[in-house]
Amino acid sequence: MSKYRTRSNAPIFWGLFGAGGMLSALFVPMMIFITGIAVPLGFLLPAGTMSYPKMLAFAQNFIGKGFIFAIISLSLWFCVHRVYHSLHEFGIHAGMGAKLLCYGIAMLVTVVCAVGLLGLGF
Amino acid sequence: MSENHKIIEIEVLRYNPESDEEPHLEVYKVPFTDDMSVLQGAQYIKDNFDGSLTFRWSCRMAICGSCGMMINGIPKLSCETFLRDYYPNRIRIEALAHFPIEKDLVVDLSGFIEKLEAIQPYIIPKEPKTLAEGEYLQTPKEFNAYIQFTSCINCTLCYAACPQFGLNPDFIGPAAMALLHRYNMDSRDGASASRMELVASEEGVYNCSAVGYCSEVCPKHVDPASAVNINKANAAKDYFLRFLSPKGGSK
Repeated sequence: MSKYRTRSNAPIFWGLFGAGGMLSALFVPMMIFITGIAVPLGFLLPAGTMSYPKMLAFAQNFIGKGFIFAIISLSLWFCVHRVYHSLHEFGIHAGMGAKLLCYGIAMLVTVVCAVGLLGLGF
Repeated sequence: MSENHKIIEIEVLRYNPESDEEPHLEVYKVPFTDDMSVLQGAQYIKDNFDGSLTFRWSCRMAICGSCGMMINGIPKLSCETFLRDYYPNRIRIEALAHFPIEKDLVVDLSGFIEKLEAIQPYIIPKEPKTLAEGEYLQTPKEFNAYIQFTSCINCTLCYAACPQFGLNPDFIGPAAMALLHRYNMDSRDGASASRMELVASEEGVYNCSAVGYCSEVCPKHVDPASAVNINKANAAKDYFLRFLSPKGGSK
């Protein structure tokens, strides 16, 4: 072990990973059920639950915007962190390249998501 | 040995650094009784088949932490693992995973010893007292906060279980973190800020990916995984709040 230690910047990524993991565990199964099963199959929910005007109104609401942003962005930070660490666990030590690719995707989608949501107006 | 003893095959990972290119397996047929541990099986081999077989042991009662080895691929204390539980199948014993092998079942623990030294494993009082001022008192509640983490016997089974230590031998690892946490949690100690440098470093807690196998194999129920993961939260707090209340840690 080296005597001179560098502080790890992991808390930033670990924090986003932890927040995303929590949100994913709480909301993503429900989101998959609503958006992937119930709405397309017309099952349980009334017709037009996810119609364009309703979704637009949802995304223009301050709370709705925040919800969409948090679910998409944080779940992705959670996801890429897992992928990056799983690569390491499988013995693929891709280093900085993989790190940039993984977290870069999350960063990019976060920005696109934020710009998109803000572009819809309030 | 009584007349009705059974014979179990023990496959041993042998390595003699003076003559072997690499470790290899050898099989011994060991007569055993139901009260014989795997350690006693190894001792039988040493006494009857090959006196050069090398392994560590001392207390034979799961308290010294010397006789850890991989038993059918699982890190265990060989003194509290019984041959009868494997019979009639063959049993394979190997040196603890993730450590360099010195000879046969003996591994090089110098890296682990360095880590133990690095965590400052002693009480560093907040305010030193003179003898005349009396002892440092502690309530039962304060005692309970750390007592669990004092049970570690340094058997290093948790290191053999930890996939992240296997990938990065610089990782401070479960047992050293459990002991570090033991001193941080002690109400008489005031050095958690100076231990933070190591906790929050590249060698520190964030190497852990929360597999939890370290706690599963721990023969003393220390739960090193919880010590590591509590300190991830502590290190994150330190990372983000260090500018508000600077009190140590890495720069």
